[in-house]
Amino acid sequence: MGARFAGQDAANRAFLRGDGWVMVVGGLTPQAIAFGFFTILTLGGACGVVLNKNLVRGAVWLIVSLFGIAGMFVLLSAPFLAAVQVMVYIGAIGILFTFAVMLTRSMTNLRQRFTAQWWSALIVVGMLFVFLMVSVIVPVWGGVAPELAGEVVATTTDLGAALVDGNQFVLPFEVASLLLTAAMIGAIVIARQHEEE
Amino acid sequence: MVPLWMYLAVAAALFCLGTYTVLSRKNAVAVLMGVELMLNAVNLNLVAFWRFQSPLNMAGQAFTAFVLVVAAAEAAVGLAIIISMYRSRRSVTVDDVDMLRW
Amino acid sequence: MIDLTNINILPWLVPVGPLLAFAIIILITNRSKMVPATDKHEYGGHHPDYDGMTVPVVTPLSRVLSITVGLSGIIASLAIAWTIAGAATNFNGVFGQEVFAHSVEWLATGTTALRMGVMIDPLNTLMLIMVPLAVLCIFIYSIGYMAHDPRQSRFFSLISLFASAMLTLVVADNLLLMFVGWEIMGLCSYMLIGFWFEKDSAYKAAVKAFTTTRVADVIMFLGIVYLYSLTGTLNFRDILYNPEVLEKLGSTPALLFTGMTASSLIGVFLIIGTVGKSAQFPLHVWLPDAMEGPTPVSAMIHAAAMVSAGVYAVIRMYPLFEVGAHPHEGLMNTPLMVLTIIGGFTALFAATIAVAQNDVKKVLAYSTISQLGFMIAALGVGAYVAAAFHLITHAFFKALLFMASGSVIHAMEHGEHHVHDHGHDDDDEDEDHAHGAIAHAIEAHSHDSHAHDAHDSHGHDAHGAHVDHGHEDAHTGHKFDPQDMMNMGGLSKRIPVTFITFVIGGLSLAGFPLITAGFWSKDEILAEAWTGAAKGFGPHAFVFFMLAAAAFLTAFYTARQLCLTFLGEARTEEAKHAGLGGPSNVISITMQLPLIILAFFAVVAGFVGVPSDFPVLGGIFSPSHPWFSHFVENALVEPGPHPVFNWIPLLTSFAVAGGGLFLGWWMYGRKPLKAGEPDPLVNILGPMHNVLKNKYYFDELYAIIFIKPAQAISKATGDFIDKGIIDGILHAIATAFRFTGDLIKTFNLWLIDGFGDSIGQGIGWVGSRLRFVQTGRVQNYLLMVVFFALVLGLIFIASAGTAAN
Repeated sequence: MGARFAGQDAANRAFLRGDGWVMVVGGLTPQAIAFGFFTILTLGGACGVVLNKNLVRGAVWLIVSLFGIAGMFVLLSAPFLAAVQVMVYIGAIGILFTFAVMLTRSMTNLRQRFTAQWWSALIVVGMLFVFLMVSVIVPVWGGVAPELAGEVVATTTDLGAALVDGNQFVLPFEVASLLLTAAMIGAIVIARQHEEE
Repeated sequence: MVPLWMYLAVAAALFCLGTYTVLSRKNAVAVLMGVELMLNAVNLNLVAFWRFQSPLNMAGQAFTAFVLVVAAAEAAVGLAIIISMYRSRRSVTVDDVDMLRW
Repeated sequence: MIDLTNINILPWLVPVGPLLAFAIIILITNRSKMVPATDKHEYGGHHPDYDGMTVPVVTPLSRVLSITVGLSGIIASLAIAWTIAGAATNFNGVFGQEVFAHSVEWLATGTTALRMGVMIDPLNTLMLIMVPLAVLCIFIYSIGYMAHDPRQSRFFSLISLFASAMLTLVVADNLLLMFVGWEIMGLCSYMLIGFWFEKDSAYKAAVKAFTTTRVADVIMFLGIVYLYSLTGTLNFRDILYNPEVLEKLGSTPALLFTGMTASSLIGVFLIIGTVGKSAQFPLHVWLPDAMEGPTPVSAMIHAAAMVSAGVYAVIRMYPLFEVGAHPHEGLMNTPLMVLTIIGGFTALFAATIAVAQNDVKKVLAYSTISQLGFMIAALGVGAYVAAAFHLITHAFFKALLFMASGSVIHAMEHGEHHVHDHGHDDDDEDEDHAHGAIAHAIEAHSHDSHAHDAHDSHGHDAHGAHVDHGHEDAHTGHKFDPQDMMNMGGLSKRIPVTFITFVIGGLSLAGFPLITAGFWSKDEILAEAWTGAAKGFGPHAFVFFMLAAAAFLTAFYTARQLCLTFLGEARTEEAKHAGLGGPSNVISITMQLPLIILAFFAVVAGFVGVPSDFPVLGGIFSPSHPWFSHFVENALVEPGPHPVFNWIPLLTSFAVAGGGLFLGWWMYGRKPLKAGEPDPLVNILGPMHNVLKNKYYFDELYAIIFIKPAQAISKATGDFIDKGIIDGILHAIATAFRFTGDLIKTFNLWLIDGFGDSIGQGIGWVGSRLRFVQTGRVQNYLLMVVFFALVLGLIFIASAGTAAN
């Protein structure tokens, strides 16, 4: 296996050296604080989604989580995506969920939230998380230094240009719009009320 | 700076939470919410990798945008299906949709 | 090419005519049509099994054709035979030292070959004169006798075969060919005695005849085989006319009973064959039962053919029997002693039985046995020529007697039908005279023409097959036996031609002096015996006395028979109406013509053998030598001496014949018995009469000694060996296989089916358990997906790690 990612080699070498896991932790900078805040938002919102009794509140927790993600995007120098996240996800999908909750009269006070397999699912998912962390994330990217994140990043302008560039992403762009159209039509067709015969 | 792995950890956690929601919630809408969480975790992963590995290549963001589009479309259609299902059988419990059982 | 002018080839053709007739009738002309069985159809007894069935009856065309073919065969044979006989009797030279002979190589055996051929010497010539003539007469007779039999084509074919076999035997030049003819005659006797096979007694008699003669034939064949092994040939000329071979046979000790010489042993064996075939004691039991066959068959078997064949065989082989002995000088050896004792004993034995018999054919049967005993005894004491002479004359008068008795029975049956159909009125008595009322005349006329219809309609079972048969007399209800002499009487007026011929035959049998053939032949035997007795030879004396006594009894029972049958008044209604239906009837002509022919010969045939030194008549008939003796004796290498004329045997012959006839006439003819009167002999003999009547209980004796043990052994063998062991083994094998099969089947069921079934069941069971996985719920499936993805990931990481190592 050759080095696939920058730093891979270093991590592998570290691992093979028997250094154990290398987890690089940066200092406590304002960036880190923001990161922590958004993490709490994200993960807390996610937990809210999981554990809510009231689906409307669950939808709100979803929105909270999505907000956290948007914040992450900002931290990751992708402001456009953050904006899009807020507008599309929170503004459209979140509202959509709320409407769906209302339309399906899902109980506001659910007596039973979980199915019978909640604990086996819990175990599996827990194992999944552990596995991901232990086997994949930390060994592979644990040693990637934060300084390596370069200063020069692409801007929104570049994204716009890429989306309409014939050599880049214009095709997926157009296909995506087609997809949306189809989905819209499909949703309308599926969800409309059928006339009584 | 926050190291890459932390972002990835958050994304992993978010993904697992989303998976747990999908696997264990009775209500179909809640399940879809879990799906959204998973997709968001993916998005986060993508952007994190873009930022740390190839910040000059627009492919990362573009991909994320497209994932977002697809997620939206899928949420719309999924909810439409749920509404239709609700209309025909007055229930949105996932357990009740078991016609393909033995 | 066959040169018909060559007299040596001609004998081959003698048996061919009847043989071809047999084949043609059997294969071509025997055609029948099926008709429903009724009383109208004559069978050997109307068989109840036939009711409601259709049975075959010979078509008229077939009948005519078969008769024509058969007659042609026998006439052709007669013509050829008499041609040869003419050539033989007119031979230039001494016929006998030279013979007509021709043979072909039949079976090549290395450097030598077994040859089959024909030979005519003086002995054969006689037979060639007598046999075809007798058979022709019988044939003509049976045309009439069997006229209403539905299977008569078969009858004629069988008679033709019988004649062919006899003629083969006669012209044969070696023992093997003679034996072939012998055996074929045995077969034909079986088929013909059992001709009316529906009758129990008939087929049983056929089996009895066949098995009794077969026993004798086997031993005879052993003799033939032994002879062949010693001499390497079976040709008569080579053995019998050849002193060296006879010398050699006479000096070799025999294989068994080493006290005897080979020639003696062979001789005894061959004699045993004749004892069976010619019904001598102790194998005589079949001959009286053979009366079950139709009368022409009895005539053929007991006069012309079969029994004559036995005696012919002994006469033929006489030089072999004579080896080591000089009977004319009183020196006897074993075969000759056997011949003497058996012959003499049988002659008297059978004559005593004949005295007490009431059935007309049975008397003749025992008479035949007795007369054959005469011939055998004659040979025993060396009277070669006399035996041959008696054989010829006997054939004529015995055939005549049998056919005449058949005629009598036919007439009696006719009377029986008449009584049966027309009732018991006295009016019917006079109806033959046909005077008086027209009604009577009409009835008489219709009666005559009706005769055969009535006769036919009643069933043919009475024709000769009579032992226990009798028609129910509609009026009195008792069974009527048309063959019982006690029921006859007065028939001389009713059937005159038959009466006259019967009398001629009877007198010939009795040996009526001077004018009958029987006298001359019998007298010659007695003369020869006396010659020896006078010289003090024991066997000769024995023979003389036994034969004289037998001759006396012969004359007695003959007279008894004649008187009871023909003289006096009819003792029953049936006898009153007996008749053959008128002189112009075709049937009666065919039945009476042979009688006349044979009667002629029964008188005349004797004159060829009058001894030269006989007073008066010798000079007339045999000036230089008796033609017969002179002709026949050349068949021997050294002819024996002629008996010199002596008054004692002549007077003895006169005495016994005359005395017997007189006594018989005195008891039965002077005051003929009336109806219901018992036989005076019963009173005279007392209990002995019963013994005689039951033939000394020999049949019962043989049943106990031979038949029942044989049946018991057969049954035991059958049950034990056949059913027990052989079937037992087979059943055991079958059971073993079945058991193994069951075992395998069970194993199969258990293992293979079990295995196969269990796989299916197992899969089904697994399926029934596994199906619960399919809950229909997506979340469950998704859980599985995530879990296994996790597992895959772990595996991937693990392998990546180890691979990197």
